[in-house]
Amino acid sequence: MADQSPLICRDIHKTFDQLEVLKGISLETRKGDVVSLIGSSGSGKSTLLRCINLLETPTSGDIIVHGDPIKFTTNRRGERIPADNKQVELIRAKLSMVFQSFNLWSHMTVLENIVEAPIHVLKVPKKEAIERAEAYLNKVGIYERKDYYPAQMSGGQQQRAAIARALAMEPEVMLFDEPTSALDPELVGEVLKVMQSLAEEGRTMIVVTHEMAFARDVSSQVLFLHQGVIEEQGTPEKVFDHPDSERMKQFLTPNF
Amino acid sequence: MLDLKGYGPALIDGAIVTLELAFLSLALSVVLGLIGAPAKLSQSRVARGIATTYTTLIRGVPDLVMMLLFYYGGQVAVNMLSDYIWEAYEIDFFFQFDPFISGVVTIGLIFGAYMTETFRGAFLAVETGQIEAARAYGFTRLHTFRRIMLPQMLRHALPGLGNNWQVLLKTTALVSIIGLTDMVRVAEEAAKAERMPFHFFIPVAFVYLALTAGSELFIKWLDKRANVGVVQGG
Repeated sequence: MADQSPLICRDIHKTFDQLEVLKGISLETRKGDVVSLIGSSGSGKSTLLRCINLLETPTSGDIIVHGDPIKFTTNRRGERIPADNKQVELIRAKLSMVFQSFNLWSHMTVLENIVEAPIHVLKVPKKEAIERAEAYLNKVGIYERKDYYPAQMSGGQQQRAAIARALAMEPEVMLFDEPTSALDPELVGEVLKVMQSLAEEGRTMIVVTHEMAFARDVSSQVLFLHQGVIEEQGTPEKVFDHPDSERMKQFLTPNF
Repeated sequence: MLDLKGYGPALIDGAIVTLELAFLSLALSVVLGLIGAPAKLSQSRVARGIATTYTTLIRGVPDLVMMLLFYYGGQVAVNMLSDYIWEAYEIDFFFQFDPFISGVVTIGLIFGAYMTETFRGAFLAVETGQIEAARAYGFTRLHTFRRIMLPQMLRHALPGLGNNWQVLLKTTALVSIIGLTDMVRVAEEAAKAERMPFHFFIPVAFVYLALTAGSELFIKWLDKRANVGVVQGG
């Protein structure tokens, strides 16, 4: 069990109405991997991330979290749905997500945001959850803001709080959905720095990003998605310096 | 000093009946609204159908007609049911339709429909990202509803809720029609007996005004509390 892959996706397809957004994506992570998903808007990278924690249900394909394949069934209308809600909740607790627009719960303070899921989902005792939350707030550098409400903080601070919320779940894999895209340019750095330190600690991360420097310097694996398929895949050196695909070359060429 | 010709204690008792009626109806209507709004937003066609029929029916029929229908019609229905049960099973089952209960049920049902609409709008105003975050962290549906949707929805619902409450409070005056001795009924009797309508109705009007004005302040205070964490103006 020790070196079991934290997350495997096999041949994921996702169709919305008539539109096929993902056309067979496979992905395997090792513990400590940082996988960057890059590609232009509409390439399906966010959809893939949302399929992994079942915010969207893949039309076909398998997702295996730490050796545990997610079970699916079909409902009366013939749509594929997860078979076991308990399993889904369990798996989501192992894959914590950081959203583009933070999605901190606006009626709770930062600390309340962070302890909510550990206490109620993981059943961590309250005292321990608070200690854990404070440690992670320290780590992301906003301990002194713990009693603030999300709306009273800058975007960068909110996103760091959201990262602390994700860390407090002590997840198998952290999913980042364009974590810096909603930030003012001068606030991007502080969030990327936190993410880099997490990567260095050996946390398994899947990051949908437009930050090419981050993808190149921090990831162990880069996936370039184009129109729902993986066009290019490999180490950052391979993808950025010696891409095989024409699309990848175009994607890297700045066009002003 | 205002001389209420000995009707003072009766008027105070009437005011207490009014308040009891109003609070119980409010509780019933909020419960109905909290059931009705999710039903209206539900994926189940049956739930949506029942909730929509309910709100359409209630909102389309005058309050007074509904109250008379429940009080007199309700008793007739109980009588019929009682006869049937006696004949079929020889079980003695009967209860008298109490005007207080009829009042609470009718007003609760009427305002339950308005609450349903108020809460429905408020649920829709909750940002999807807030709910998505709850789902993404493994919350059960019930937990998401209780800890995220409900508190966030209430913030949006408060202005409408306050409005419904004020109208509800005034609607309780209708129960004097079905023989409940609320404040209005006592005032009416006193005014007739003493032939002094202004003398009795104006104080009653002021009591209603004081109650609604007081509630308005309370709602404002609640609103301020519920909006903690929301930057005003921006």
